[in-house]
Amino acid sequence: MRATAVKLEARRVAIHYRRQRSGLNLIAVDGVDLRVDEGEFLSIVGPSGCGKTTFLNAVDGLIPIASGSLLLDGNEISSPGPDRAMVFQQPSLLPWRTVTRNVVYGLEMQHRAGRESRETAARLIDLVGLQGFADAWPSELSGGMQQRVNLARALATDPEVLLLDEPFAALDAQTRETMQQELLRIWGATRKTAIFITHDITEAVYLADRVIVFTARPGRIKLDVKIELPRPRDLRLKRDARFIDYERMIWETIREEVIRSESRGQAIA
Amino acid sequence: MATQGPFDTVAQPAESEWLVQPPPESRTRERRGLSESTVIGFAAVVIFFILWQGVGFVRTTWPDGVSLGPITFIAPSQLFLPAPLDVFKAFQAYVQDGRIWKDMAVSGQELMTGYLAAVVLGIVLGLLVGWYKRLRYALDPFITFLYATPRIVLLPLFIIWFGIGVESKIAVVFLGAIFAILINTAAGVRNLDANLIKVARSFGASDLQLFRTIALPGSVPFILTGLRLGIGHALTGVIVGELVAAQFGVGQMMAVAGATFQSAKVFAGLFIIAGTGMLMTFTLQKLEQRFEAWRPRPN
Ligand SMILES: Nc1ncnc2c1ncn2[C@@H]1O[C@H](COP(=O)(O)OP(=O)(O)O)[C@@H](O)[C@H]1O
Ligand SMILES: [Mg+2]
Repeated sequence: MRATAVKLEARRVAIHYRRQRSGLNLIAVDGVDLRVDEGEFLSIVGPSGCGKTTFLNAVDGLIPIASGSLLLDGNEISSPGPDRAMVFQQPSLLPWRTVTRNVVYGLEMQHRAGRESRETAARLIDLVGLQGFADAWPSELSGGMQQRVNLARALATDPEVLLLDEPFAALDAQTRETMQQELLRIWGATRKTAIFITHDITEAVYLADRVIVFTARPGRIKLDVKIELPRPRDLRLKRDARFIDYERMIWETIREEVIRSESRGQAIA
Repeated sequence: MATQGPFDTVAQPAESEWLVQPPPESRTRERRGLSESTVIGFAAVVIFFILWQGVGFVRTTWPDGVSLGPITFIAPSQLFLPAPLDVFKAFQAYVQDGRIWKDMAVSGQELMTGYLAAVVLGIVLGLLVGWYKRLRYALDPFITFLYATPRIVLLPLFIIWFGIGVESKIAVVFLGAIFAILINTAAGVRNLDANLIKVARSFGASDLQLFRTIALPGSVPFILTGLRLGIGHALTGVIVGELVAAQFGVGQMMAVAGATFQSAKVFAGLFIIAGTGMLMTFTLQKLEQRFEAWRPRPN
């Protein structure tokens, strides 16, 4: 067996938001303990508002943590870096840049754009299946196509860790399944460490080596399951009995969590 | 050659095969560049001038009016409403005595100096005010006060400060135009897509990079709106300024012509101003088209 290195480690991570009105802090994430191995594909699911995006933003270095420690390759994360790239929930493309110039945006910001970045962009545009759209404006693309550019832009900087925040949530079911398969194909070719947030349990199980369920706010880890299903995977797997067992287990956990948070909410109200 | 079924070749057709000849009728129209709106608009203007000239015709043909039964129509005097040809003659005379060049040079100088200064300072200040919250807090009272005041009322002060030469007009044009530009630019910066800022930060963009790649292009549509509004304010500033006190200028010419009942000459001045405004707006539209190629075109 190959010894795998720990890529990302969270120790008792808590993240707070300062509330403008009351001056009190909102605890968005509280005491998350987590290790992600190099090359592992991790999915995080949990009820909406439980702090998934917050946690991912902290891993990206966009927001600070309140306590605990968050280590990438053993070093504390303090700011965004070229070793990570985020695929945002909204396509968030620069509307005044063509597809190619959007794809190279990250490279430009990291002062790594050069003569070869056009070729990098062309290769990635092919990889995400957007041949022929290199010079299109984002406004000329469908939602699914824009999300492909969003993905290509993150891949362009060749990060070691890919962070994906519900990238397919806004897509229709058909496009979403296509994108899932594309993502698995791309991930299979690069084997980057990936943290994928979703509220779609099927999607989480289908993509990941491991699924984590967050509790309702403040976010903690409620369940941590290894998905021991063979790769490469295709869509038929979604009807496999073992697949459905994983789905059911995760679904039960989330349901419990939602009921718990709702009854708590009513008690407060 | 091997025989092929109809679905064996899936070669993409060459681009030229996608291009289709439009039906002949629509083609000729397009070549002449005549859209329906141009045709109708042009016809309406022609009819308007013919009717207007008709008033002059009635006046010269029936100086004592036309009687239809008990009612008598009398065309307004030339002093009250000169006909287009009278205006044209007045314009010709204005050109021939050479005053027009001096007036246009003076008005043009006032307009362009004041407007360009307003553009440069308005955009720079607008970007800063939009970007830096504290600067906005500091400048907000002044901007609100001056924007709420018609800047033209400052003219008496400017005349005291700068005299009746071009300087007082430049000041009025500048103050007239800058706030529309500044306020719109600042609004552009403040309305930036927060998602895009997050993208830039996530890729490690510095403040300067963020400014150059997100803030500046993101506020271009707002800046252009400000520039367009500014043109109107600037023109008003020049003309009203010259109407009040000046030695030269199109507005000053109109003031003199008005005081001496040369209404055809007043109209000539009016057309010069309108033409200038339209030319500036047109130039700006061309600029907009260049900057906004990425905008989805409404069909
Ligand atoms: N910028 C912010 N300021 C204050 N509170 C926030 C902010 N962003 C998120 N929150 C709060 O933090 C909690 C977690 O949000 P988020 O991480 O976006 O949840 P999720 O992605 O799991 O839906 C929510 O209750 C939300 O209201
Ligand atoms: Mg979220």
